[in-house]
Amino acid sequence: MVDLSVKIGQMCLKNPVMTASGTYGFGEEYAELVDLSRLGGIIVKGTTLEPRQGNPYPRMVETPSGMLNAVGLQNKGVDYLAEHIYPRIKDIDTALVVNVSGRTIEDYVGVCERLKDLDRIAAVEINISCPNVKQGGMSWGTTTTGCESVVSACRRAWNRTMIVKLTPNVTDITEIALAAEAAGADSVSLVNTFLSMAIDVERRRPYLSTITGGLSGAAIRPIAVRMVWQVAQAVKVPVIGLGGIMNGRDVVEFLLAGAKAVQIGTANFIDPQVTIKAIDFLQDYMQRHGMSSLEELTLLHNS
Amino acid sequence: MKQIQDFQVTECAQIGPNYALLRLRPLHGTMPHIEPGQFVQVDVPNSKTTYLRRPISVNYADTRELWLLVRRAGDGTNALCNLAEGTRLNLLLPLGHGFTTNIQGRALLVGGGVGIAPLRMLGRRLLAMGAEVHFLLGARTSADVLQLDLFRQTAETHVATEDGSLGHHGLVTQHPVLQEEWNHIACCGPMPMMKALAAIARERDINCEVSLENVMACGLGACLCCVEDTVDAGNVCVCQEGPVFNIKRLKW
Repeated sequence: MVDLSVKIGQMCLKNPVMTASGTYGFGEEYAELVDLSRLGGIIVKGTTLEPRQGNPYPRMVETPSGMLNAVGLQNKGVDYLAEHIYPRIKDIDTALVVNVSGRTIEDYVGVCERLKDLDRIAAVEINISCPNVKQGGMSWGTTTTGCESVVSACRRAWNRTMIVKLTPNVTDITEIALAAEAAGADSVSLVNTFLSMAIDVERRRPYLSTITGGLSGAAIRPIAVRMVWQVAQAVKVPVIGLGGIMNGRDVVEFLLAGAKAVQIGTANFIDPQVTIKAIDFLQDYMQRHGMSSLEELTLLHNS
Repeated sequence: MKQIQDFQVTECAQIGPNYALLRLRPLHGTMPHIEPGQFVQVDVPNSKTTYLRRPISVNYADTRELWLLVRRAGDGTNALCNLAEGTRLNLLLPLGHGFTTNIQGRALLVGGGVGIAPLRMLGRRLLAMGAEVHFLLGARTSADVLQLDLFRQTAETHVATEDGSLGHHGLVTQHPVLQEEWNHIACCGPMPMMKALAAIARERDINCEVSLENVMACGLGACLCCVEDTVDAGNVCVCQEGPVFNIKRLKW
């Protein structure tokens, strides 16, 4: 039997396949279709201190091998999560991670403080990479000083595992990753969506109410793999890779690029059971290649 | 219970240049129970440019088969209309909340274009529940009035075409049958038509439900892309709380 378990900070995952925030709700949306206990972890929808209505419809448009979204962190706030959603999901036998977002540093810290009471939340994922909000979100993640100030404040408020989710919309993502690490992140996850735009030429209007949105899906995968590879070489903390993973092969690709774990997002919309198939593929891949633990899964170089 | 299931195309019948009726049977297992107004998410084969599933309203379902009435709207639906018999089709189903079916009195079921798709199923159910049912079908031309014979076999059917080639010359909202007394209106069609009908229903205080087709990704209430702004709860997922809404909830 191949050991697929991995450790991210203090958090133990039974396998490296998690679900990406904003694509999997709170897990329960998929419960009729997926045995959630097989997942390495579930990263629940981005959560803010106060409830948010998100951006006006339309918020989504399909693009070649991908989609743009501009949901804008619609959520009912951390109190609602704690009181109503947490009791429903706390017994799912997988690592539960809450994606934390905000406008101000105080917002981020406030959410972390409130989550402390919830024992089953193994980690927070600090979202300094949402491209679809006017204030906060990605603007914290495009400078090393912004990143450092949010991450260090959250570090003081949260002593369980802290992941920092990075935006690819920067010149050098390794600088931001290093700033997150220096400020106390236990792990970095990358990449969030690429700031993008699509236009309905017949109507001569942008498809999205917000004009721009975030691109996800298979279209971004090679860029994400490159960024994961760069960051994995730059930082010591474990890297969590995401961006356009469509199947088990793609999971292996990110692991070879240096990720210790991965998140599957948009692909869940196309095949809600993709995570389970990817875990099965990984198990089989390891056996086929005679490997017994994920540490043996390393990139070979062309000679 | 939602499930992912493979079906086989037993027939792909062209209806003029713009529509096709797909008849499907489950490859394995049994047909799930489907309520009038529910939809399926179809994984589209044979289309390079189609990435996401396509939400399609269920046109007919019994214990053995499922019908999807599809309009050629873009690459994805075009590929669906061109499927060969025997093709395997992966569906996510049944999704969403359909029409209210415990209706008393006189119910007018109004469809526009391919929006007529779920209405015959609904009409049959309402008749079985003891309601009086009339259909009102609107379209651009007579060629866009779909499944007319099936509707006529089910209940009294009124037609309006914009070019006057069949039935009343004009929009469904101008059809005289609307002037009769109705206890309930159910509507599925283009947005301007549904909004105009909702305005009439409001004015005359007729209970009215509409089926929305907001652009969606997951179909499961997870991605929050297909939201509609409601009076009582702000943005809610059309795929989960809809696609059918009572107009009282909408900010139209």
